Amino acid sequence: MGNKQTIFTPQQLDAYQDCTFFTRKEILRLYQRYRDLAPQLVPLDYTSKPDVKLPYQLIGSMPELKDNPFRQRIAEVFSEDGEGNMTLDDFLDMFSVLSEMAPRDLKAYYAFKIYDFNNDDFICKSDLENTLTKLTRSELTEDEVRMVSEKVLDEADLDNDGRLSLEDFQHMIVRAPDFLSTFHIRI
Amino acid sequence: MPRKGETARKTEDVGIDMDGEVESGSEVDTKPRGRGNRGQGAGRRGRKAESEEAEDDEDEEEEAPRNKRAPNRRKAGKKAQDTEEESEDAPPKRRRGGNNNKKKGAKDTEDESEEDTKGKGRNKKGAAATDKKGAAAADKKGKGKGKDKDDDKKKKKGKGSSSDSKTSSEEESMSEGEMERLKEEVVEKKTLIATLRSKPWRMKRRLAVLREAQVFVDKFEGALGKGKGKKWYAFKVMMMKKWIKFSRDFDNFKTACIPWERKIKEVESHFGSSVASYFIFLRWMYGLNLVLFALTFGLVVIPEMLMGLPYGSIPRKTVPRDDQPTAMDYSVLMDFNGYCKYSALFYGYYNDQRTVGPLKFRLPLSYLLVGIGTFGYSLMVVIRTMAKNADVGGGDDADSEFTFSWKMFTSWDYLIGNPETADNKFASVTTSFKESIVDEQENQKDENIHLRRFLRVLANFMIFCTLGGSGYLIFFVVKRSQEFAHMDDLGWYEKNEVEIIMSLLGLVCPPLFETIAELEDNHPRIALKWQLGRIFALFLGNLYTFLFALFDEVNNKLEDEMNIKNNSIWFLKEYHANFSLYNNDSEATAPPIPPADAIRGPCWETSVGVEFVKLTVSDIQVTYLTILIGDFLRAFIVRFLNYCWCWDLEAGFPSYGEFDISGNVLGLVFNQGMIWMGAFYAPGLVGINVLRLLSSMYYQCWAVMCCNVPHARVFKASKSNNFYMGLLLLILFMSLLPVVYTIMTLPPSFDCGPFSGKEKMFYVIMETIEMDLPAFIGTLFGYVANPGLIIPAVLLMVLAIYYLNAVSEAYMHANNELKKKMQMARDEDKNRRNNTNSTNQVQKDLEDLLPGRSWEPPPPPEDNTEKGGRAARVKPGAAGDVKVQKDLSLASANPNARGPVTSEPARRGQGSLPAKPRGAPKQ
Repeated sequence: MGNKQTIFTPQQLDAYQDCTFFTRKEILRLYQRYRDLAPQLVPLDYTSKPDVKLPYQLIGSMPELKDNPFRQRIAEVFSEDGEGNMTLDDFLDMFSVLSEMAPRDLKAYYAFKIYDFNNDDFICKSDLENTLTKLTRSELTEDEVRMVSEKVLDEADLDNDGRLSLEDFQHMIVRAPDFLSTFHIRI
Repeated sequence: MPRKGETARKTEDVGIDMDGEVESGSEVDTKPRGRGNRGQGAGRRGRKAESEEAEDDEDEEEEAPRNKRAPNRRKAGKKAQDTEEESEDAPPKRRRGGNNNKKKGAKDTEDESEEDTKGKGRNKKGAAATDKKGAAAADKKGKGKGKDKDDDKKKKKGKGSSSDSKTSSEEESMSEGEMERLKEEVVEKKTLIATLRSKPWRMKRRLAVLREAQVFVDKFEGALGKGKGKKWYAFKVMMMKKWIKFSRDFDNFKTACIPWERKIKEVESHFGSSVASYFIFLRWMYGLNLVLFALTFGLVVIPEMLMGLPYGSIPRKTVPRDDQPTAMDYSVLMDFNGYCKYSALFYGYYNDQRTVGPLKFRLPLSYLLVGIGTFGYSLMVVIRTMAKNADVGGGDDADSEFTFSWKMFTSWDYLIGNPETADNKFASVTTSFKESIVDEQENQKDENIHLRRFLRVLANFMIFCTLGGSGYLIFFVVKRSQEFAHMDDLGWYEKNEVEIIMSLLGLVCPPLFETIAELEDNHPRIALKWQLGRIFALFLGNLYTFLFALFDEVNNKLEDEMNIKNNSIWFLKEYHANFSLYNNDSEATAPPIPPADAIRGPCWETSVGVEFVKLTVSDIQVTYLTILIGDFLRAFIVRFLNYCWCWDLEAGFPSYGEFDISGNVLGLVFNQGMIWMGAFYAPGLVGINVLRLLSSMYYQCWAVMCCNVPHARVFKASKSNNFYMGLLLLILFMSLLPVVYTIMTLPPSFDCGPFSGKEKMFYVIMETIEMDLPAFIGTLFGYVANPGLIIPAVLLMVLAIYYLNAVSEAYMHANNELKKKMQMARDEDKNRRNNTNSTNQVQKDLEDLLPGRSWEPPPPPEDNTEKGGRAARVKPGAAGDVKVQKDLSLASANPNARGPVTSEPARRGQGSLPAKPRGAPKQ
């Protein structure tokens, strides 16, 4: 791999390794994946930190995300501009959080962000209904949706303000048996 | 915490201008430091200066001339302190506000002193705002706090460095406290680096913080300690770095060593985690069997092959002359007769020499210990895995608490990367939601309980009958096979009757049970457990019937053996007598009887071993054939006949098969039980099993990917995991019993196997104790084996178990109490909040009505409706005069409408809180 040196400097690679849950090889592989999305846009040389962003349409078409009902949210949460357009840093960030190695708390934090559709730092009723519609492809009737989101609030809302704060969410999600096993993407 | 996000955002905005100012300060301040360094640079400080210079050399060039113009700036260490903190700020900040930088460079020097003090003051304020504790806690608190913390750190750091520079200029000593603080600081930075990746920051920020921390650590790590200590410290640091790298690589290597990871992931991405759990279980089993294989082959089979007597040297290692013509026939070999029976695969082949080979390897002892060690190791591993699973799983009872929330937030499997699976997942999520809704609605309702009870009793009765019938059938067949054994000219069916019947029962009974279980109308998860339990009972019953029949046979053989033993002694004497008579020479020793002609006993251990091996092999065949026909052929037909068929085969009746997780897991567990039982009589069985597991990994992976469809209904794998382990433990115990029974009570065959010639198998241990170990150990064992000691020990253990059990029960009770209390507190809190809400509101409204208040325009009504009572409470002055009337009525209406204060806490009202304020304004 002679081109390893030309993509990143060793310092950059080390820094990325310290900042993500990936090894050098995985970082390079992720870079390749990123580049494969738009070979004409992404330069082969990242040592000078080019400012390249891939639009959401490209990110969302990755096979890992394509079938995920929350793909748009994921991209929005992890992209710096909040619209799903991602730099390589954002891209690495996203898969680092979704990797197997990431700790539960970090995952819970980002899961909260993802399910918080209107970005008000609370999961309120509309967020829940949104989640549910996405999750079931709007197969449930309106009554059912309302009932389920009421039940969720009833179960998890500890301070009774009618919406889930991050604290409530974490309290609920760390007890979930398969949160860790489902909230990750292998790449 | 809840406000975290907001604060984060705010401070982010603030942070930017803060950066600007701080930076300006830093710009200016680097100068005095730079000058100071240059002027007096020596030793440690010099080194620091170098690194600093490397960072901001471009500034330095500009600043160098200016330094001379401001000689009075550096009056005290305090200033130097500022220098440091600002310079630390500089590298990341500079990048952010590049243009600011340039402007700065062009600025007048007269401003500098002002700038300096300003920056200092600012920083001090920032640092004072968050004390150290705050900084430590700030880790989690997002950006805003993190920012403060950084400032704080810089402050402290600055202090450390100030002392550093001061000391270097005045004297080469540093006070203990400062050293400590610096050290602490370095450690803190290091932990920051280590935990950086788990901070919810953007990558850019992380990179910046990382660089800063690294620079700091690099700079001050070496500064700690003096003279020799310094070198040692540097060495330690270096080794630490190496170690981290090594462990990172080693972890990579370890994960790379786990076999079939890709395969399982592929299956997982198509079928979800529950099917993958079977393959993970299979892999786990494979690992366990590999260890058992290594034990058996390494300590028993290979020593015997290498150092024991070769084939044909003694009767037990030779095929009898009668059998020799057919011994190599395929059909005979497939029955594990002929050469197979007289090979190292089976118990009978092993010799009873105390030691073999030049190494004096004690083979019989090793054989016994390996037999026991197999069980010991398996028990240990199974129990450890169970304990670990239980630890991970936490309490099962918690799942009633968050049913809907978990369904909502964790039911989507982010691993899914296949449209078909995604479709299935959508469908299954929808169904599971619907089910939960129905469950919730039906919780209160109960129907004809008598009918249900009757049906359940009936179902259980039928299943019991089936179990009994199958047990009897097997007993009957085994008995008949013993009769067949004495007859000749048997057909293929008669020879393999036992295996065929057992496999057929295994095929027919589970679906039968499933049909009967329909009567019971249980919840699917409960039904699955019942089903598993019943199939398990069937298998176990069959196995045990088989065993009893086998032991019947063994007892017969034992009787035969006595006769044969006498006969053989008689024969030997006769042979010698004849020989001397024939040769007329009483001195001459008779040539040994050729081993093929010797009279031999039935060797019941080998025949038991052969039975187990045959059973295992036929099980493998049946499993593989079922997959081939039931899955592959079915999928093939459905796929290709669909073009010319009158109904849709794919969607209609036969459709594709689903992967039967529970059946496969049970098959695996049951098979493992047979291995455990048979391994003592047939050491080669473990090898066969390893091959089976290896091949079935590939075969089943292929089959599941090629001809199965994902489950319509997925049940959770994580829950049933320990259930499987429990079954495994049970069957391990069940298979332990017969083996221990034979070791402790039955006499081994007189002419085959490692224990021949001894009364009981375990006497080999006695022998070793007597002959190989020092005498006092023998007496020690004598004491230990004394019933006077064993009975109290057993009693003690029972007491300990009782005590531990009681303690755990007490804990569980306390746990439940606590949970109840929490629930109560929560409900109470809920109710109280609702009430205070209302009273507060009344008060607020009253206050609002008081004269002298500034009347503000009323808030938009959505505000009230959306955020509920809380929003209204938060903005007391916001309620306008138009609203007052309404809000008053709302407040007074509330206490009547709200029941929960008096209602029992266990029942949670259906979203009483959110519903209330929303409904109120509409009145």
